[in-house]
Formats: sequence, structure tokens, C-alpha cells
Amino acid sequence: MRRISLILVPYLWLLALFLVPFLIVLKISLSDTALAIPPYTPTLDLSGWETFRAFVGALDMENFVWLTEDDLYWKAYLSSLKIALISTFFTLLIGFPIAYGMAQAREDWRPTLLMLVILPFWTSFLIRVYSWMGILSQEGYLNQLLLSFGLIDEPLIILNTPVAVYIGIVYTYLPFMVLPVYSALEKLDGSLLEAAEDLGCSRTSAFWLVTVPLSKSGIIAGSFLVFIPTLGEFVIPSLLGGSRTLMIGKVLWEEFFNNRDWPVASAVAIILLLILVIPIILFQRNEQKQREAEG
Amino acid sequence: MRRFSWFNATSLTFGFAFLYLPMIILVIYSFNASKLVTVWAGFSTKWYGELFQNEAFLDAVWVTLKVAIISSTLATVLGTMAALVLLRSGRFFGRTLFSGMIYAPLVMPEVITGLSLLLLFIGIGLDRGVLTIVLAHTTFAMCYVSVVVSSRLTTFDQSLEEAALDLGCSPFQAFYLVTLPIIAPAVISGWLLAFTLSLDDLVIASFTAGPSATTLPMKIWSSVRLGVSPEINALSTLMIGVVTLGVICASLISKRSAMKRDQDERTAERAEAA
Repeated sequence: MRRISLILVPYLWLLALFLVPFLIVLKISLSDTALAIPPYTPTLDLSGWETFRAFVGALDMENFVWLTEDDLYWKAYLSSLKIALISTFFTLLIGFPIAYGMAQAREDWRPTLLMLVILPFWTSFLIRVYSWMGILSQEGYLNQLLLSFGLIDEPLIILNTPVAVYIGIVYTYLPFMVLPVYSALEKLDGSLLEAAEDLGCSRTSAFWLVTVPLSKSGIIAGSFLVFIPTLGEFVIPSLLGGSRTLMIGKVLWEEFFNNRDWPVASAVAIILLLILVIPIILFQRNEQKQREAEG
Repeated sequence: MRRFSWFNATSLTFGFAFLYLPMIILVIYSFNASKLVTVWAGFSTKWYGELFQNEAFLDAVWVTLKVAIISSTLATVLGTMAALVLLRSGRFFGRTLFSGMIYAPLVMPEVITGLSLLLLFIGIGLDRGVLTIVLAHTTFAMCYVSVVVSSRLTTFDQSLEEAALDLGCSPFQAFYLVTLPIIAPAVISGWLLAFTLSLDDLVIASFTAGPSATTLPMKIWSSVRLGVSPEINALSTLMIGVVTLGVICASLISKRSAMKRDQDERTAERAEAA
């Protein structure tokens, strides 16, 4: 009896507040725009086969067809993918040396360095993104600095361009890359590198042939931890990207709050999820492999 | 192996400068007297004064704290239960679905979680306000809590609990007297994580809040969209300060308890040897 109630409480909670809402999104994405705009009642009448058939009959793919016809959505999906890929790459490029430096640092420094990487994670995400608005704007600190050194004659326009979005993503998601890479590098057995060098490897080739392959699982985990949330990101493109940066999370938000087109917003959500399924499965597989390797 | 070179030193220096400079600039300019945020016009704390007179902000702080405390506590209870179910209950009907529902919210984009919960609340006719934000935050935070707690539970020696049962404890007593104290650090960090996630959340709160409740991130969001403002700089500084203090205190406490544990173990060893 006790076991059943232990299972039932969290189970029912998640069914009611995770699965059912998700099914509602699925249902509304298949409903007609005119019918489903508020006021509307998503009551699913299962009283009989006839009503169920009528319910199923009323569903159609209209919103999904609409998504393929209007190229705004295509562009938004593609540009989200592009932005997520490029910023994952740059996060790795900047995060790897940090993780490497941490793993090579003196042992008694490491906890402090680790805390310094985690600390920004506890401060508000919104504020971390906001802090770049003052730096990157046309009269911002970066332009002031560059102008005063005479490096540029005119202020650079960075805020409200994709470049600002890349900077924002790399900045906010950097800890997600550094931590898994660091934990992989920390476990690395130094004698392997010595062996490689004894056997005639240069330091650079020992790095590429030993260090990188052995930290692969950390690199993969970090990349997915950056890539997956970036794909549906809303705050960063809205604050730093301006109107010219298209990202699907922003499109969904605007479709819902500004255009009040719920069925299209739901269809956008469903497709975003479908796109996310592949990286999520790959990520899970990587985690599993790592767990098996560790026994 | 000591290969700490100039390369490592530079990458660490630049890396941490990149992580911390934006926040340091924010803190410095929150003491700027000028209304123009990017022009320094002398030291002043006037923006802090204005912040504390801004009723809307103070209301939002109160709503946010209320939501965060209730939802993180609920999420800790539910998440710990879920972790116990995942690791202890063996096979039961719909187990795969259950573990799927625990992990899915972790990777679900916030816009989708927010949208789907809003559609549910409208569907069942629940008035949107503090309650709906609490429900939403509890749901996604419990998944994080259950991941944190279950990682601790996997290393937990179950024979301790069995011993308690053999010695006449009821299952609840065994949990309360044996398991809970051992997994307590994970439960506490789960609560802290849930609390921060709730304090931090803009997107899900915006979808589920409705007009009657505004959280602090929502308030910040609506003023930040118009550009950089000195009041927000002051508010950010306060928030950064609170978090920094909290993290430093937490790490000092955990360091102390680790040292104490070491000492206890050594004393016990000595006693055994004697």
C-alpha cells in the first residue's frame, strides 16, 4: 500500500502537469485556427466511439502545412540550428582551454577554480544576458574602449546582430561546457601522455592523439548541454539579437503573445520538439556509454 | 605530472576575465550618478534608494520569494519521492513512461513547457496567478531534484536500511531515521537548485502568471527590453551580492563539515587501534 502511494503521488503529478499539457499542445496544433483561438475549451469528450470519431475527424494538419508554406518558419528553424551549432563550436573553443587549464592547475587550487566556474550559474540568467547590453551597445563600454585606443574610428554595431547572440550564448552556457570537459580531463592518467612522449610523440601530437580522444565523452556531453537548450533559446535572441535575428523560441513566443495564434504556436512547438529528439537521443547514448565505461 | 605552463595561465586568466568582467562592470556602474548608464558621472547610491521606493519591484520580490519557497519545497518532496521510486520500486506498470517524464522536462525548451502548462490551466479554467506559477515551477524543478537525489541514492548502502527494518523500524521510520540523514546533503542541494531555478525563471512564469502576479524576472524583463537602466543595475548588484555570499557560506559550511568528518574518522580509528 505504502509503495503504491509512493509511486502514485509523483506519477500522477507528472501525468497531470507534464503529459496532459503536452497532449493538449499536440491537440491544439492539429485544430483549426479559427476554432481554437480563445475562448476555446480543450475538453476531450470520450463518451462514445462516435464523438471520438468526430473529434479525430476534426483534427487536421493545416497548421503544419501552413508552417511549410510560410518561409518565416523554415528560416527560423534553420537559423536556430545554425546559431546553436556555431555557438556550440565557439563555446568548445573557449571552454576547452579553460577546462584544460583547470585540470592542470595545482590540486589545492582546483576546488576554488571549480567554484568560480559554477558561481555564475547561480546568478540570474537574465542579468547575465542583460550585462552584455551595456557592453555591446553603440555607445557601450566596448566601443568606448576601442575608440579611446584609436582602434576604430566609428562605433561598431554589435548589439542587435547575430554576433551579439553568439557572444551571449557562449557567455551564459560556458559553464555547461567547462564542467563536463574538466571532469573528463581530470580523470586523464598523466602517465599515458608521458608514455606517448617517450615513444616519440611531440607534445602537440600527444595532445591530439591522447588527450583529445580520452576527453571525447566530456566534449560530447558539453556540446549537447550547450546545443540542446540553445536551440529553443528565447531570452538571448530577444535581448541581444534585435528584430533581425530569427530563432524559433522567439517566433513561438511572438506567435503566442503578439499574434495570439495558439494553433500555429503549438505546431511550432511540436516541430521544435521533433528536431530536438535526435540530439537528445544521441546525448543519452553518450551518457550511457560513459556510465558503462566507468562500470 | 606538472605541466602548468604560460598557456594554461593565460587561458585561465582570459576565461575567468570573460566570465566575470561583465558582472563587475555592471556592479561598478550601478554606483554611477548619471542617468546615462554608459557615461560615468561620479559615485552615487541614489539608484539603490530609488529601487527601495519602487513599490512594483518590492511587490515582485515578494511574489518571487513566495513562489520560490513554496515550489522548491514541494519539488523537493516530490523529487525525492520520484528518485526513490526510480531506484527502489523495481518494476511497475508504466515505469518507462515515469522515467521518461522525469528526464524529459530537463531537456524541454522552456517556451514549450510554459505554453503547454498555460494551455492546461486555461483548459481546466484555473485562474492564473501565484498558484499556477507554483504548480509550473514545482513540475520542472522536481525533475532536477530527483536527478540530484537519485545520484546520491545510487551510492547509498541499502543494507543499512535493511538493518533498521530488521531491528524493528517501520519502513517510514527506517527512511526517516536512516536514509534521509544520509541523503540529506543531496536533498538540500536539490532544494537550493529548485529555489534558484524558480527565482531565475522568466519564460515559464511569463506564460503561467497572468495579470494578477508579476515575478521579479518578469519585472526586470519588461524594463530591460527598453534598454539598460541604472535601477536594474542596482538590482542586479544586490542579486549578485546575495548569491555570492550564499555560495561562499555554503562552501565554507561544507568544507567545515568535511573537516569535522575527517577528524571524527581519525578519532574513531585511533580509538579502534587503542
